[in-house]
Amino acid sequence: MDRRKFLKNAGAAAAASGVSAPAVITSAMAQSRAETLLIVSESGPNNLDIHGVGTNVPGYEVSWNCYDRLISHEMKTGPSGQPYYDREKFKPELAEDMNLSKDSVTFKLRKNATFHDGAPVTAKDVKWSLDRAVSVGGFPTFQMKAGSLEKPEQFVVVDDHTIRVDFLRPDRLTIPDLAVIVPCVINSELVKKNATAADPWGLEYTKQNTAGSGAYKVTKWTPGTEVVLERNEAWVSGKKPAIPRIIWRMVPSAGNRRALLERGDADISYDLPNKDFVELKESNKLSIISTPYSNGIQYLGMNVTKAPFDNPKVRQAVAYAVPYQKIMDAALFGLSKPMFGASPGGVKEAVWPQAAPYNTDIAKAKALLAEAGYPNGFETTLSFDLGFAGINEPVCVLVQESLALIGIKTTINKIPGANWRTELNKKEMPLFTNVFSGWLDYPEYFFFWCYDGSNSVFNTMSYKNAEMDKLIAGARATAAAGDKAAYEQNVKGFVDLAFSDVPRIPLFQPYVNIAMQKNVTGYQYWFHRRLDYRALVKA
Amino acid sequence: MLKVLFGRILTTIPALIGVVVVSFLLTRVLPGDTAAYFAGPAATPQAIEEVKKKLGLDRPLPEQFRRYVVDLSHGDLGQSLTTGQPVVADLKARLPASAELTLFGLILSLLIAVPLGILAAVKQGSFIDHACRAIATAGVSLPVFFTGLLLVYLFYFIWQISPAPLGRLDVFASAPPTVTGFYLIDSLLARDWEAFRSSLAQLALPGITLAIFSLAPIARITRASMLAVLSMDFVRTARASGLPARKVVMTYAFRNAMLPVITTLGMVFSFLLGANVLVEKVFAWPGVGSYAVEALIASDFAPVQGFVLAMAILYIALNLMIDLSYRLIDPRLESTT
Repeated sequence: MDRRKFLKNAGAAAAASGVSAPAVITSAMAQSRAETLLIVSESGPNNLDIHGVGTNVPGYEVSWNCYDRLISHEMKTGPSGQPYYDREKFKPELAEDMNLSKDSVTFKLRKNATFHDGAPVTAKDVKWSLDRAVSVGGFPTFQMKAGSLEKPEQFVVVDDHTIRVDFLRPDRLTIPDLAVIVPCVINSELVKKNATAADPWGLEYTKQNTAGSGAYKVTKWTPGTEVVLERNEAWVSGKKPAIPRIIWRMVPSAGNRRALLERGDADISYDLPNKDFVELKESNKLSIISTPYSNGIQYLGMNVTKAPFDNPKVRQAVAYAVPYQKIMDAALFGLSKPMFGASPGGVKEAVWPQAAPYNTDIAKAKALLAEAGYPNGFETTLSFDLGFAGINEPVCVLVQESLALIGIKTTINKIPGANWRTELNKKEMPLFTNVFSGWLDYPEYFFFWCYDGSNSVFNTMSYKNAEMDKLIAGARATAAAGDKAAYEQNVKGFVDLAFSDVPRIPLFQPYVNIAMQKNVTGYQYWFHRRLDYRALVKA
Repeated sequence: MLKVLFGRILTTIPALIGVVVVSFLLTRVLPGDTAAYFAGPAATPQAIEEVKKKLGLDRPLPEQFRRYVVDLSHGDLGQSLTTGQPVVADLKARLPASAELTLFGLILSLLIAVPLGILAAVKQGSFIDHACRAIATAGVSLPVFFTGLLLVYLFYFIWQISPAPLGRLDVFASAPPTVTGFYLIDSLLARDWEAFRSSLAQLALPGITLAIFSLAPIARITRASMLAVLSMDFVRTARASGLPARKVVMTYAFRNAMLPVITTLGMVFSFLLGANVLVEKVFAWPGVGSYAVEALIASDFAPVQGFVLAMAILYIALNLMIDLSYRLIDPRLESTT
């Protein structure tokens, strides 16, 4: 190519890029565009394996779509009419049959299931994977424990395609815990080949590679930039997914994510500010689906070990001073489920989350504060996680303003995301806002972590009450025994106590918001709140 | 020349040692607990301790520093916890992206600012002089993230003439084989016009954003320096001798006015690298700036240290190049040193 021609071409290319870039899409590109789903989100995975050290939440999404579990959940119709996972109903995934007895459960594996490299899935792989989940430590082991899955001896290979899980104790969370993301089935031979003495479970290998039998496999991963997934054509554990290729791009600026959606370049985004979702909903160009977090609540917590919040009257005063409706309108733009204003007279339903019997009532708050011995109020600090400043900051400013009306002067303490957990673990902040949500959608599960005297990390208020512990233990025991009446009695009991003693004030149940192009359908809400690519369809 | 170069390189060693020590200490005094962050939302205190031990964060500081220096001498900058990759690999993949963007912006800025400055100086008080002042003031007073978002809004969202702000290439285009890591150059080498077009289109808006930001200092310095030179005796003599105006301005005046411009250029380049952080965020550009910021938010030490070190080396190399180029422009410096 001579210089003149080269320059001419380069010039033409530059001109084209300046004037009509989007129009210059070749037919091959248009073809692949139709077969590809483009997802944009703020951040991406830091590890492709949920068993890894410090795997972040986007990493869970990769695991969910690239690995199979023995069982999964059926779908039902959710609160806003879209498919929503059914807590009670399980369906076989890698297992084709599940046989439950009093002290064990036996799974028969699909005989034709294979891993991405073609190796057959055997009971040996299942045992190795479950052993790994209960042994690697950290989050996966902790999650398995929540369902009384603690020791490798519990997982028994019966034959090549049969595996039995023995129960340590009756626990109604055992089966649901086998359907969460953690007990995924991994290609044990492949991973063992890539394991080292220092890393016997091959975590380094699975961090970079997907070694599952799931519906998708990661073909390219550029950390912090993109993840490319291709459909596994040999997948047998469910209906063949409709979309051959997923490109998941990290776009840090929320404004650009919205622009990409509105211009039709991106197909799905789910972490946009509430204000954007409200405006997109009104413009009606995209489908927007909002679903309340299952078993999740944003709350205002108070440290009950120190004055003045050791006094229940002070806590109730604060609960009456919170500007609930203003928070709903100004901070959340209505995109949350209110958790206030229940009619007084005790808890009527054994469900969680449910609204607390508090309303904004400044006069009552003042009276309670005077009764508690603080007629002139006091000074304290109100802390929040800067990582979620978009919601936390307006919430805290509104609370600060309202507390000033009853004489409580608050200084707002903004804590950087990296430091938030350290501060929570110290359990020294007097007043703070935070979110807790549990994968397993059972009231006693939530209460065990957040209100029990064993004082877990999530009991951020350091709340200890023998009566509460008794009710929580009672609910767990009666649930395992299947005594419905006694169970409901216990649940109502602890919810009632949580409301009257208010160590934490429920503010609202956040929504998972998702914006999609109108031609994308099949979104399902899952307990983990991430996307299930298998069900998505692009017309 | 070689002796000068060698002497120069020697003097950079204390600076490098300083950077290593300071970047290590600074990342240690940052608030935030790496172990707590990466142990996950459900971590127990023991789990956090385990992570700490795994990362070697439970050892005393001098011990941690010793390990850091030993690893460093092997070219190992540690592991990033946010991306899960070795820092060296991350930097290698991301540095060209940042460098390409910064250089593109700088060259664009030079192409506009230098002629603008010269014209403003030659035709002092004219319309072009006022225009130069106005553009420079506007450019420097608009924050880059604002200019960036505004350009995206106008060119992508409203007028639809620019591609989606999704990083270095169109989502469906594939990257050219890596030779230099600069997509513009690599795609030309591979004669991949599609990739060249796509990367140029992607580069345009962030490049313009950076160029607008750096226009002001370059144009102002060029103008001031040209004015000073133009009022000198040798220029008057040249003019009196009847040399064409073009030759007087470009050959005699401009060459002499270049020294301060080059110095400013070094400075502009360094603050463009800083401004890059924001531009990269806005345009989802996979560069080192956004990488360092993400690591900082997660109090992930290794990438921050690696970033500071890489930047320091870059600055030192840049200053060295500027020093050496002085000698080429002004031969008098050669004899005095």
